[in-house]
Amino acid sequence: MDTLLNLLLLLVILLNFFLLGSSRLVSCIRTIAFQGGILSLLPLLAHGFSGHTLFLAGVAFLLKGIAIPYLLFRAIRQVHIRREVEPLIGYVPTLILGTLATAGAFIFSGRLPLIPEHSQSLFVPVGLATLATGFLMLISRRKAITQALGYLIFENGIFIFGMLLTEAMPLMVESGVLLDLLVGVFVMTILMHQINREFSTMNTDNLTSLKE
Amino acid sequence: MRTTILQLFLHLFLLFGLSPLLSGVIGKTKALFAGRVGPPLLQLYFDIWKLFGKGMVISRTTTWIFRAGPVVGLAVPLLASLLIPFGPVGAPISFSGDLIFFVYLFGLSRFFTACAALDTGSSFEGMGAVREVTFSCLAEPTLFFVFIVLARLSGSFSLDAMFGQTLATSWHTAAPSLLLILVCLFIVTLVENCRIPFDDPNTHLELTMIHEVMVLDHSGPDLGMILYGAAMKFLVLGALVVRLFLPGTTGNMALDILLFIGGLLFMAVVIGVIESVMARLRLLRIPQLLVGVSLLSFFSLILLLR
Amino acid sequence: MNFLFLSWLVLGLGACAAALPWRSSKITAILGGGSAVLGCLSGLIAAGQGLVADTAATFSLPWSMPGGSFSLRLDGLSAFFLLPLFIIGLVGALYGTEYMQKEKARLHWTWYNLLLISMAMVVTAANGLLFLFAWECMSLTSFFLVITEYDLPEVVAAGWTYLLATHLGAACLFAFFLTAGAFCGSLDFASFHLLSRLTGPVISVLFLLLLVGFGSKAGIFPLHVWLPDAHPAAPSHVSALMSGVMVKTAIYGLLRMCSFFPVSPAWWGGLLMTIGITGALFGIAMAAMQRDVKRSLAYSTVENVGIILLALGFWMHSRAAGQHVVAALALAGGLIHLLNHALFKSLLFLGAGSLMHGSGSRDLGRMGGLMRRMPVTGLMIVCGGMAICALPPFNGLVGEWFIYRALVESAATLSGLGGFFPVMLVGFLALVGGLVLIVMTRIIGIALLGVPRSPAAAQAHEAGWPMRSAMIALALLCLAGGLMPIQLLRVAGRAAVLLDPDSAHLFTSQVITPSWLGIMALLLIGALLAAFSFNRWRQGRGTVAAASTWGCGFAFPSSRMSYSAESYSELAQSGILCSCLTPESRDGRTIGFFPMIRSFVFTAPDPVLEKFFKPLFQRLAGYCRRCCRLQSGNLHIYLLYVFSATVLLLFWAGQR
Repeated sequence: MDTLLNLLLLLVILLNFFLLGSSRLVSCIRTIAFQGGILSLLPLLAHGFSGHTLFLAGVAFLLKGIAIPYLLFRAIRQVHIRREVEPLIGYVPTLILGTLATAGAFIFSGRLPLIPEHSQSLFVPVGLATLATGFLMLISRRKAITQALGYLIFENGIFIFGMLLTEAMPLMVESGVLLDLLVGVFVMTILMHQINREFSTMNTDNLTSLKE
Repeated sequence: MRTTILQLFLHLFLLFGLSPLLSGVIGKTKALFAGRVGPPLLQLYFDIWKLFGKGMVISRTTTWIFRAGPVVGLAVPLLASLLIPFGPVGAPISFSGDLIFFVYLFGLSRFFTACAALDTGSSFEGMGAVREVTFSCLAEPTLFFVFIVLARLSGSFSLDAMFGQTLATSWHTAAPSLLLILVCLFIVTLVENCRIPFDDPNTHLELTMIHEVMVLDHSGPDLGMILYGAAMKFLVLGALVVRLFLPGTTGNMALDILLFIGGLLFMAVVIGVIESVMARLRLLRIPQLLVGVSLLSFFSLILLLR
Repeated sequence: MNFLFLSWLVLGLGACAAALPWRSSKITAILGGGSAVLGCLSGLIAAGQGLVADTAATFSLPWSMPGGSFSLRLDGLSAFFLLPLFIIGLVGALYGTEYMQKEKARLHWTWYNLLLISMAMVVTAANGLLFLFAWECMSLTSFFLVITEYDLPEVVAAGWTYLLATHLGAACLFAFFLTAGAFCGSLDFASFHLLSRLTGPVISVLFLLLLVGFGSKAGIFPLHVWLPDAHPAAPSHVSALMSGVMVKTAIYGLLRMCSFFPVSPAWWGGLLMTIGITGALFGIAMAAMQRDVKRSLAYSTVENVGIILLALGFWMHSRAAGQHVVAALALAGGLIHLLNHALFKSLLFLGAGSLMHGSGSRDLGRMGGLMRRMPVTGLMIVCGGMAICALPPFNGLVGEWFIYRALVESAATLSGLGGFFPVMLVGFLALVGGLVLIVMTRIIGIALLGVPRSPAAAQAHEAGWPMRSAMIALALLCLAGGLMPIQLLRVAGRAAVLLDPDSAHLFTSQVITPSWLGIMALLLIGALLAAFSFNRWRQGRGTVAAASTWGCGFAFPSSRMSYSAESYSELAQSGILCSCLTPESRDGRTIGFFPMIRSFVFTAPDPVLEKFFKPLFQRLAGYCRRCCRLQSGNLHIYLLYVFSATVLLLFWAGQR
């Protein structure tokens, strides 16, 4: 079980790399859906089958694997964009930064004073690495839709962290987080639509004109 | 001493005998995918044999460098093959730190191939030379990272031991890293041997290719040596991939060798399938992909460093 | 030691004799060059004795300078640096007798011989003041050699930049020696061992002073800015001497002073490694963009100094961590690479000079096809290129092999952050190795191969026997180093004993022996010969017809269609390198159906110089100009200055 879990977490990291290096939005969204699907398996593998984990996995799968990607697909269909053309930082540099951040996460988590049962698991480094990837995505991309993607990756990182605490955390809190996410993406897509109508582009740079 | 000589003979036999076959297998696989009959499996043997018997046409602008390209291109894979194990057959020569020599040996052949291409003064061949040296510049770090992963797992710094007995046990302890570097090594093999998606070995005049364009002006025995050398290089790098993929032993030497040959042929089939289903990458995407691969191998190393 | 004095005597006499107004420049060349050759031969014997002897030879005379004494010390470390000095000095002199036959090079041989003397004195001085004296002599004589062609404005500009850079560095050295002398009570190196008692930030400040002081001479990043201008400006054998040897004397100074320090903290090593790898990447990237052969080679010197610094930094780092095997490997790598670089870089500079001599230009775009007209020079450049790319069977591989081994071994054994840095360095070093291959195939391919790109190149002539034999000697030494790596290690071991006794004993052990490299080099030559004879045998059957290069159906290919130096590095520029290094290009775009004649300008200036040092110095100049108000031109005011200064001094003296 543990090997499978570790392999899945590594797959999450590889998907992170892919997300940083790819410019096509459709494949990015697919990858995020895939990542969400993998994440929804984690509670089952980490903590065994129980009502709690089954519910969590089911909701996570529905939201991260299906609902949010669907919303995003609809959004890019509405605003007619296929790819992020001009990132603020190029694809190769972001990829390099992402790898360095991942390496940093792995080395850093080796030095954290974790409880013994967590010190060997990959949850902490992968969670940190995914958080860093989300940040990088948010920083380096221009379009509102890729910003939303970055936000999603970021949330995935938090989800992986949450896996360590699933036993301790009440169900309500987790559902709240997931629901928040859904609402966030909703708001984002509506906002995107508005930006697109207002400025007829999707560049978030234009939002700077909203300042005084 | 006797085992070393035996290993040497087996190595040379496999290298000289088997290497042109792989290209035939790739060609056959691609033909099957395209619904054609395709050239015979032994086509490259026939080609090389025919070329060795032919005369030559040499460009007037060229110098001895042009003739040195094929010579180095044949000698380097020959020497490099002696440093690596061919499946169960250990390397005849191994010393601590030979992995560095191995990498730079291929640098030597690249140096002369590129110079020989530039010697013709043709812009096509110049283009090929540029691409060859630039892309391999990005593939080299990957090769080093892969070797460091193996050195770390085996605790040794010679290729023979790195690809030796410990590999099978390492698959139990560090499967994710090994899986990643298997992918990376496979991609390096594709790059170094100019296969799709990095280069198209079949086109001759589109401005998309790398290796084929560099040898446009070679003919006769020179071209034969280049083809033979390229096939050997493919076998050498392929042998590393196959060894990584099939690390175990059955205990029976003959069976192991057959397994190894089977692995090589299987790899050729896989490459044939890849070439049939994939298109060549846009040229500007290649550096990106190569950087991505080196980062992947770097990451596989980080997994072990932890 | 006696042979060293003999060498100085011969060199000094030669310098004086060459300064006399002889009627023909040939006599000057024979006197100056001949004395340099003889002096270097004698110096080589001295270096050999120093390497063999178990104890250091010392010599001391009182000197009237306060704090100074004329004391010399010839130990393993000095001898290790004397060896390349006299080898390059010798072949350079031989080369120069043919190369320098211009009237304006009157005092050339005087400066050349004096440079040799002062460099030898730098590496043997055992007194701080004598060291600084020799150091300044070295800077000044090399400055005069750089401005040999003083009628060209860019040469003079390069000379001034060099003089400024070297004196800013020397200022740091003065500060260091004064501080160290004040602490130890004497400027003699014998008393400098007291420095090992220093602790805390003081010692680190001293180290940083050394790093800047010697770094500006060694051309470490970002203090390298003078190097790509000054080295090409000098005559080629002087470029060889400067690139091959003079930058190494700065490394000598750094190593010598560090040997007085207590065992260095790990962060010094980390700093050196960072500077080293940055400089290596930067240097080789810039080298790939230069049209000027010698400028490209000068940038490659920046790269190689970076690699040496990386190795030495890694040595310091691992020594501080107590990993003696890795430290021994890194130290051996650094020292051997230093020696090798002196050989192959000089070979390449001499080759580049020969190309200039033959084709009349330093511009790669005006060469092309020179291999046919200059076969020996061509072969020698190919040998040097293979050596600098660290390809077997030449010597370059030996040094790099040690450096890689050090990095790979620590990457494969350490974990956590300790293993992370070697892994990164291996990756970068491999990238640098790949780029060196681009640079060298570019120089060889564009300058030597293909078709002539200018009428002058089509009429190029081969160099005479002095130049050819100088290059052949260096190429043979490069090959010998590759075939006998053990000897290289043994020589490096003599220097290592003084630097790091703990790891130096490993140099003779089986743990790090490079003997297999020599065997492999031999095997490689054997394999090449076998393939070559096979090729000849098969060719015997068929006919060899000559035809023009296949131009894809186009019947009139010209040199303007073949790949140029700029296009060769374009892919690396756009695909690999950082966009901040991209050279400036103007025009060249054709618009419309019948475009007018267009010109295309392509320049690759040093970004550090252009974007950092020039604005900085311009701003400084602005501040200084404000001080000009003091210079009123009025004699009375000046007298007032003198008077007030005197009063202030008297007052100050009275206060004490």
